[in-house]
Amino acid sequence: MLRDKRQEYLVALLLVGPFVLIYGALFVWPTIQMAMLSFTEAPLIGTGDWVGWDNYVKILSHKLFHQAFWNTAYFVLLTVIPNTLISLVIALAVNRLKGPVQGFVLACFFLPYILPVSVVFLTWNWIIDVQYGLVQGFVALFNGGKPISLTRTIPLFMPTVAFVTIWWTMGFNILLFIAGLRNISPEIYEAASLDSAGRWRQFQKITWPLIWPVTALVLTIQLIAQLKIFDQVYLFSIGGRQDATITLVQYVYKLAFQQNKGGEAATAAMLLFLMIIILSVLQYQLLRARGEK
Amino acid sequence: MSAEALPNREAVSAARSRGDGPIDMIGLVLTVITILVALGSFFPIYWAVITSIKPDGEVISGSNSLIPNRVVFDSYIHIWNNTNIGIWYINSMVTSLVITALVIVSSAGCAYALSQLDFPGRRVIYMLILACFMVPMQALIVNHFVLMAQFKLLNTWAGIILPQLIVPVVIIVYKQFFDSVPKEFREAAQMDSAGHLKILFRIYLPMNWGVTASLGIITFIGAWNSFLWPFLAATGEATMTVPVGITQVKDAYGIVYGKLMASAVVAGLPVAVVYLIFQRRVTQAIMLSAGVKG
Repeated sequence: MLRDKRQEYLVALLLVGPFVLIYGALFVWPTIQMAMLSFTEAPLIGTGDWVGWDNYVKILSHKLFHQAFWNTAYFVLLTVIPNTLISLVIALAVNRLKGPVQGFVLACFFLPYILPVSVVFLTWNWIIDVQYGLVQGFVALFNGGKPISLTRTIPLFMPTVAFVTIWWTMGFNILLFIAGLRNISPEIYEAASLDSAGRWRQFQKITWPLIWPVTALVLTIQLIAQLKIFDQVYLFSIGGRQDATITLVQYVYKLAFQQNKGGEAATAAMLLFLMIIILSVLQYQLLRARGEK
Repeated sequence: MSAEALPNREAVSAARSRGDGPIDMIGLVLTVITILVALGSFFPIYWAVITSIKPDGEVISGSNSLIPNRVVFDSYIHIWNNTNIGIWYINSMVTSLVITALVIVSSAGCAYALSQLDFPGRRVIYMLILACFMVPMQALIVNHFVLMAQFKLLNTWAGIILPQLIVPVVIIVYKQFFDSVPKEFREAAQMDSAGHLKILFRIYLPMNWGVTASLGIITFIGAWNSFLWPFLAATGEATMTVPVGITQVKDAYGIVYGKLMASAVVAGLPVAVVYLIFQRRVTQAIMLSAGVKG
């Protein structure tokens, strides 16, 4: 019996070993290093003096950090709720369809989601191109007949990138909503139609309350995902005034890789890290509270 | 996802159309609108593909024809001859496949141990996985970079691969499935004095083959698509992955649009094909991992 136990430990060690190595070296260790680095004035590669909380004071009062924070918040505002609502409406529409038509329609909405971000960027950058872009004819209607760059005009930058992001990612949300809608028992709707409740009342009284848990899930997943935004915003801003449209991850990137300030970059990363952990814990609590009801 | 849900859906629509009378005009209009919006959503992808096979002159003629007057593959030939796209493809394939294999193998092993074995440190490992869910990998880019630089792994396949091996959701999904395998299977096998490794590879993994396929496909798609880390880890043109490479070329292209769209099509093709072939698996994997996050 004792031999069995020892053998079980050995097997466990063998099976868990790779995981422990990978997560220890590439998750735990870098996280500790990041915390340490954030208290020094080291360059990206190399060591630096311990400066205590100086970096934190500096970053928190840095104008560009504020800019990055508000830009990120603005991007979250422009994407999270609109994306959720659009996805829900589309999911309701797709859920009505049957058979191959439904499969085709769902694939149309979902296909963008599995594409790499750079493909999304190149495709849309061509569609909105100032000289030959397809949408410029439409844009010109609102700009006195003149084309306008949607990504070089600062006030239009975030809405444009948010629009592209919604197009790109809504397939994921639609999928979650459709699964949620299928979980609603058809008998409930049948009973409602017997009571001659109209479509809108059915939605208000049945669909919306029953789909709310999925809506909450979609909202929180997106909120956290969009706080970490980098790829699209960075790609669309290449060659433009990047500071005006900078986001938090981009700010970390700039400090570390463009200004060679390893310590300050780690500090900014720590702040982002804390924001997301707080939100994740809140999300966890929220979803658990929902599950217990 | 469609097979088991089908009767359900039909019952719903049957119930609805009964209430709405024999000819459901509103329903028909809604269906047509839905299909039009879906085509609109697909259109940018269509437009990219069409642009890539038009002659340059037609692309900038302003005619914006939805069907090319003449189909040419000049743009594809040009990017093949003038960029490193072949090398980027090899880099992407190798790194994505290695990431997928390592993530699946290490996660399945770890999940089996967590699910079926009793050993010291189980709780610590579980907490570590949960912590990992909450930590944004984007925040770790600085120290991943420092770490890879220390080991001289920047601009290598290993450097691109290693930080992408952190995919905690795969372990959790596996654990959930292993938990639901009836204990009798394991006990019967142990009667025949089969070891745990044998049980894992002969019973648990084959029984959950579908899950492995789904998780493998979604991990591959994620690895192929990942941008930020490969973008940082590969600075030389020879070590870039496809999604990074196609955004970094500032070649004297002449009329660039067709060529850029050709590179976009080439970069998106593998994942689009994987999705279209394994649609059901992809959606299953997304549902499973979203379920974990909930």
